[in-house]
Amino acid sequence: MCGIAGSLQLHHGSADPERLHQMIRTIRYRGPDDVGIYNHGPVGLAHARLSIIDLAGGHQPMSIARESIWVTFNGEIFNYIELRDELIAKGHRFTSNSDTEVLLHLYQEEGEQCVKRLNGQWAFAIWDAPKQKLFLSRDRFGIRPLYYTEVNGEFLFASEIKALLACPQVACAIDLNGLDQIFTFWVTVPPRTAFRGISQLPPGHSMVVKEGRARISPYWTIDLVPQVTNGCASGNQLAEELLALLHDATKIRMRSDVPVGAYLSGGIDSTVIAALASGIAGKPVSTFSVTFEAGDLDESKYQSEASSILGTSHHDLCCRHEDIVRVFPEVIWHTEQPILRSAPTPLYLLSKRVRDSGFKVVLTGEGADELLGGYDIFKETKIRQFWSRRPDSSWRPILLKRLYPYMPGIQRQSLEYLKYFFHVTQEELGSPFFSHLPRWELTSKTKQFFSESTRSELATADAVLSLLGDLPTSYAMWPPFAKAEFLEMRYLMPGYILSSQGDRVAMAHAVEGRYPFLDHRLATFAARLPASLKMKVLDQKYLLKLAVKGLIPESIRRRPKQPYRAPDGISFFCTKDGYVQDLLSPTRIKQDGIFDARATEVLVKKFRSGRETSIKDNMALIGILSTTLLLDRFMRTRGECLTASPPTNAQLSASGCRL
Amino acid sequence: MLQAIRRFVIDNYLFGEDAKFGNEDSFMETGIIDSTGILELVRFVESTYRIKVTDEEFIPDNLDSVTKLVSFIHAKQSTSVQTDRETPVQFAESSLQ
Repeated sequence: MCGIAGSLQLHHGSADPERLHQMIRTIRYRGPDDVGIYNHGPVGLAHARLSIIDLAGGHQPMSIARESIWVTFNGEIFNYIELRDELIAKGHRFTSNSDTEVLLHLYQEEGEQCVKRLNGQWAFAIWDAPKQKLFLSRDRFGIRPLYYTEVNGEFLFASEIKALLACPQVACAIDLNGLDQIFTFWVTVPPRTAFRGISQLPPGHSMVVKEGRARISPYWTIDLVPQVTNGCASGNQLAEELLALLHDATKIRMRSDVPVGAYLSGGIDSTVIAALASGIAGKPVSTFSVTFEAGDLDESKYQSEASSILGTSHHDLCCRHEDIVRVFPEVIWHTEQPILRSAPTPLYLLSKRVRDSGFKVVLTGEGADELLGGYDIFKETKIRQFWSRRPDSSWRPILLKRLYPYMPGIQRQSLEYLKYFFHVTQEELGSPFFSHLPRWELTSKTKQFFSESTRSELATADAVLSLLGDLPTSYAMWPPFAKAEFLEMRYLMPGYILSSQGDRVAMAHAVEGRYPFLDHRLATFAARLPASLKMKVLDQKYLLKLAVKGLIPESIRRRPKQPYRAPDGISFFCTKDGYVQDLLSPTRIKQDGIFDARATEVLVKKFRSGRETSIKDNMALIGILSTTLLLDRFMRTRGECLTASPPTNAQLSASGCRL
Repeated sequence: MLQAIRRFVIDNYLFGEDAKFGNEDSFMETGIIDSTGILELVRFVESTYRIKVTDEEFIPDNLDSVTKLVSFIHAKQSTSVQTDRETPVQFAESSLQ
């Protein structure tokens, strides 16, 4: 796992090696083990390496065919051993044992179609000198990031936005439409990012830059229409098939020349992965967990139980309010986008613990909820769907209350209020976004904190409506459950779960996350399953629970879903850290111009008073604070902060924030 | 009371923006209250006016505008005053037994 960057002169000129050094230096934390630069004629490739496979032979940028095909590659090709054997049989000769060299030979053999053969997580750029073509690609689910821009006839790309901003000709400004999307969906919709003029390659897409032009095309999409492919296959047979796929997905994700650990949240998904990994390794793996002081957020009881029964060598890290406040500026430096929840912060601290314990690689359970019917939003959709068809039903509202036992606001509410807050109407059943309307509407309420000038800039913007053009042509025919799964997989998962809570906070400490549930073979299998096997009546992840019976402790297998949450707005008012006070001050808010200073002041007073705060209040507070931090670090103090290390509170102080 | 409730709504849901907000305006139709915000409102009413909003009373007819809230609180307080008067009598009667 690494950091990549590069440039291509589109018309004339040659790559500037010093510029490449500047770019890669800003993301050196992604690959502290080695750095490499290649530049020749119009092209320049840069690489910061985190050595995991073939520690001695994997230096990058790497070339084959007498230095005519070059690559800078971030990620892992887990099926590289099988592909290598196949390529050797076809006459290819290898000089290393790395997956990088396999990628190069596969490209030489199959051209741009090679990505369809890869099982892995990647972002790479291949320079094909004979064809004068730059070929870039990003993995199917967007596990690894890839950004690009074009300025003054030069195409620039990198693993992170800050590497692009290291080039002085790249303008640095916030994209208000991107902000509007974040304050609706929590994420920007690719190719948009939070920065104006900077794009991201969407997951499952490749890009070719040749003869001064760029072409982007999808190479993989997930088709969520259930098919009874296995004829009369029973639930038990499908459960066996699922477990076999998950076992192999985990097994190839343990290919590494350094030790592999596992995250253990205390839920089913991560426990299954830790159990499978321990079985494959022939000894219990090391596991890592976050714990909280607040009882309703803390899952240490289940984490201890799972680690004790599996016999893992367990490490935990208690995340306190003051820890969140202390590292939050660093987290935003890494997420490179505003966030509405503080949840990435504990995971940032956890990756440091992983690294300090001597691990570079961790297996994690992400993807199971999206692919196998785990999220509450799927259950909520089912209940709302039934209730909208039978508005007189008296027991369905009770199910909604039971669905969210951790949300006290819902427990006391009457039928009328629940119908209103959960959009239970016949008309809304016809919306392509039926499943997500309550969530998006609630999040959108945070836009009341936008300043008048922001609102006026966004007067014609409609984030939800703009999604219509992004949906697959067959989407309208999909059942509501599949639509809900698609919306989670297409937007929240790559843009937030795998980015702000995934790649960014792990790679900040040079830790690579690997995701067995996101093996595309398993995803394709899951996409064809009928919804009734993913959620039997209201039993979430039914087939997975059936598949792992006997593999994990029953208390974990039968445990109701508890979403991962962290303390939100309250953290920033429990401790006295001046940067919060300063960044949220009316003067600062007015100066930035994005948010309304008066409304923000009233919101801050509400938090300071210790009064009860709503979900919207918390999302707004963290959204405003993170946006302000982003402005501060990337725009106001661009020059001084583009160094190899994230900003410290001392730097914040130097840039005008009082401590 | 009307002014105090209005102030609470403006501070907690409108965050100072009160120009277009009418006392008859529905909190639901104007979209100013979300699913957790409604609980804040009820807690404010309960603690400020020393009444208890039962689950049966937790409905938009009672809580969905400033004027509806004022009427509801007045009605509750008058009931509560009667209850307060009755309670010692009942207690006295029971203590006689």
